[in-house]
Amino acid sequence: MPYTSWKPGNQPDPEELRARIPGWGADLDPADRPAFPREQPGIATGAHWEIPEQQPTRGGERERSIEHERLTPVFGTAQPLHGLSGRIRKYAYDRYSEGQAAHWLLLVVGDRVDSAGAHVKSLFSKRPDDPITQSGVLGERGRRPISSRLQPGRIDMKHAWLDPILVVGPWVLAGVLLFRLGRAIVLPARKRR
Amino acid sequence: MKAMTYRGPYKLRVESKPEPVIEHPNDAIVRVELAAICGSDLHLYHGMMPDTRIGHTFGHEFIGTVEEVGPTVQNVKVGDRVMVPFNIYCGSCFFCARGLFSNCHNVNANATAVGGIYGYSHTTGGYDGGQAEYVRVPFADVGPGVIPDDIADEDALMLTDAFSTGYFGAQLADIEQGDTAVVFGAGPVGLAAARSCWLMGAGRVIVVDHLDYRLRKAEESAFTETINFGQVSDIVLELKKATGGLGADVVVEAVGAEADGHVLQHVTSAKLKMQGGSPVALNWAIDTVRKGGVISVIGAYGPLFSAVKFGDAMNKGVTLRMNQAPVKRQWPRLFEHIRAGHVKPSELITHRFPLDEIAEGYHIFSSKLDDIVKPVITVA
Repeated sequence: MPYTSWKPGNQPDPEELRARIPGWGADLDPADRPAFPREQPGIATGAHWEIPEQQPTRGGERERSIEHERLTPVFGTAQPLHGLSGRIRKYAYDRYSEGQAAHWLLLVVGDRVDSAGAHVKSLFSKRPDDPITQSGVLGERGRRPISSRLQPGRIDMKHAWLDPILVVGPWVLAGVLLFRLGRAIVLPARKRR
Repeated sequence: MKAMTYRGPYKLRVESKPEPVIEHPNDAIVRVELAAICGSDLHLYHGMMPDTRIGHTFGHEFIGTVEEVGPTVQNVKVGDRVMVPFNIYCGSCFFCARGLFSNCHNVNANATAVGGIYGYSHTTGGYDGGQAEYVRVPFADVGPGVIPDDIADEDALMLTDAFSTGYFGAQLADIEQGDTAVVFGAGPVGLAAARSCWLMGAGRVIVVDHLDYRLRKAEESAFTETINFGQVSDIVLELKKATGGLGADVVVEAVGAEADGHVLQHVTSAKLKMQGGSPVALNWAIDTVRKGGVISVIGAYGPLFSAVKFGDAMNKGVTLRMNQAPVKRQWPRLFEHIRAGHVKPSELITHRFPLDEIAEGYHIFSSKLDDIVKPVITVA
């Protein structure tokens, strides 16, 4: 049958829906929808200032997107830039706008450098990183780890094997590299053969 | 204080950190009682969001008690029990003055494309989040709201993001009476969106996911039809058949960056971080919506590019609407819906973990074990 101007199939009965579903149609009128219209000039916000006071900076310069003309009046102070990862991140903020892929890709590189540096540093601390407890995998006890994963239709199981590699893989790789480096330093080349 | 801290992709632990201090005259310090783990926290946990720093404390859904206020704070006081929207916003910039609270221009020094969010990397401003004993709450006169006496704590907690975002997503879809709505994703936000589609007067609501236990929850608590896309060969074709060949009038995309259903898309984004997010659900939404229909996107993506089927969206005349939810705008009407018995946001919650076991909570949520839908962290 060719398509007609009518919507195919039986149309739902509003009375049946109202009887079956609590609150059905309570927001039918767009005026009852708080997100309508999207922009509501003059909406009450609780602000009692036209221009917010400037939060003082502590320590060094706070990085900012070069798309901002000035530092925002309020900003987060968690985890200030530091070390090599900090220099990479600072370069990404200072050099590239958010429209440049290089901005984001450099920030991702900064993340990985930060992560590797933190792991190495933790090895020399009283509380070294522990990929087992920190991954939370021990929480699987008593929470049906096998039957949960065997539910029909779970398509994430096709790539679930990648997760442990992503968690433990860098540690194994770092261990192998360290071992080879150590061996190269300790043993002369001819004895390694 | 004790706080969840990020230690790299898939790894976190509870550490002792200095308590936050008043940094700005309109700051407050809130002692956290309940926090939740959001599906979008998993994007951080999996290392997908650029500039997520080691030591960062996640958590943008929390309630608690005001412990200290800055000298200019006048709308909340010490001892008030407050619910805090995930948005950090000034209330006075070009965007806030128009109600676009999630797009505030005065709180995120690190980016202009997104506003401020608690505990969501430096890309959203570099604020530590609420999965901790204490949290700094900027612009305390604007964001937090006192929890009404007749609203249960866990309902209030769900209104700080998950339920408010789902409700907002249903509104973005611009539903008219009798519309057929498809919701991709039966996570907490998708379930809230599905439930909210009925409030807007939808005639049919169909929820799509690959987790049977979540689809059962959609049927039982959101009264929807369901399809498990892992058990059909072509979900787009199934949905076309279910809608007489026309497609759905509206589609809500409540999945975001780690969408499954296409191994290459998922692995290149969620595992290898080569895309800002896996656009599988978004592409299905484009293919599923009828010509001239509306797609509402409330799934969260990273700032990098994604391989989206934009040609089909243009050729079909689709309207794409999206935003982070301006949460506090939703509250007055949602309080009315809760009081009238139309919705019960805390029904989303399935698991509760003490702060000391938060690593386990993330792992169970990330791995979708034990029929988990929404985990809550008990802090106090």
